[in-house]
Amino acid sequence: MRTCKEISKLVSESLDRELPLRERMAMRLHLMMCSLCRTYSHQMRQLRSVLKKASDVETPTEQTLSEEARLRIKQALKKEE
Amino acid sequence: MAEVSPTELDPEVWVDEHGDALYSYALSRLNNPASAEDVVQETLLAALKSGKSFSGRSSARTWLIGILRHKIVDLIRKESREQPHEEIETAESPEEEFFDRKGRWGIKPVEWQVNPGKILEQKEFMAVLFQCMEHLPDRLHRLFVLRELEDQDSDFVCKELGITPTNLWVMLHRARMRLRGCLTENWFGANE
Repeated sequence: MRTCKEISKLVSESLDRELPLRERMAMRLHLMMCSLCRTYSHQMRQLRSVLKKASDVETPTEQTLSEEARLRIKQALKKEE
Repeated sequence: MAEVSPTELDPEVWVDEHGDALYSYALSRLNNPASAEDVVQETLLAALKSGKSFSGRSSARTWLIGILRHKIVDLIRKESREQPHEEIETAESPEEEFFDRKGRWGIKPVEWQVNPGKILEQKEFMAVLFQCMEHLPDRLHRLFVLRELEDQDSDFVCKELGITPTNLWVMLHRARMRLRGCLTENWFGANE
């Protein structure tokens, strides 16, 4: 029987590759019986979907270029013109 | 469609119109103001050289972000090659925090009581999400951004960062454990 720690790793891994049959079965069996790992697994999927959406946002947080950087970039662009 | 106004091709105007947005985007992926400023500059230079013009601000923005994404992936790749790899085993592991010695949950997961689809509309959530990512150690941050935000597959990330798939999976697991903990603490838990 695998531990929750081991299962948590398999759950994460399943987001990055198709698990070998043996691991997949072990994970499913454990998840059927363990509500804590089920919650964790659900959160991993929620995290994935939140990140997927966050990755499409063009302005994730409001940051502003410093005046120095703004000037520097403008000068670099003018040189190229 | 309206004619392209001449000001839109003026690099100065570009910096004023798109600079902050590009910078925000870059900073959210690179975690380092100086690198973020550099890729913004490179992006605008590449845009200028291409000589392409747009009839609207939003289509120009989308196009610029597209260029920026490539520059970001390139830079992450470069930075990770320049930094020597620490042994994976010594990289900080959050597992001890969450599990006891027998591998059972020490800090038990509690269902998040919110619909993640909806919370994304909230700016505050977004800020917390990116802050939590910022707190990842550099190496985890880099591979996590490539994998999850830039949607690169495992093979690509392994190849570009010069790591084995096993290391990648271990590190992605650690990054996710940390993020899960951080979001629980700073958003889902705090909102109860």
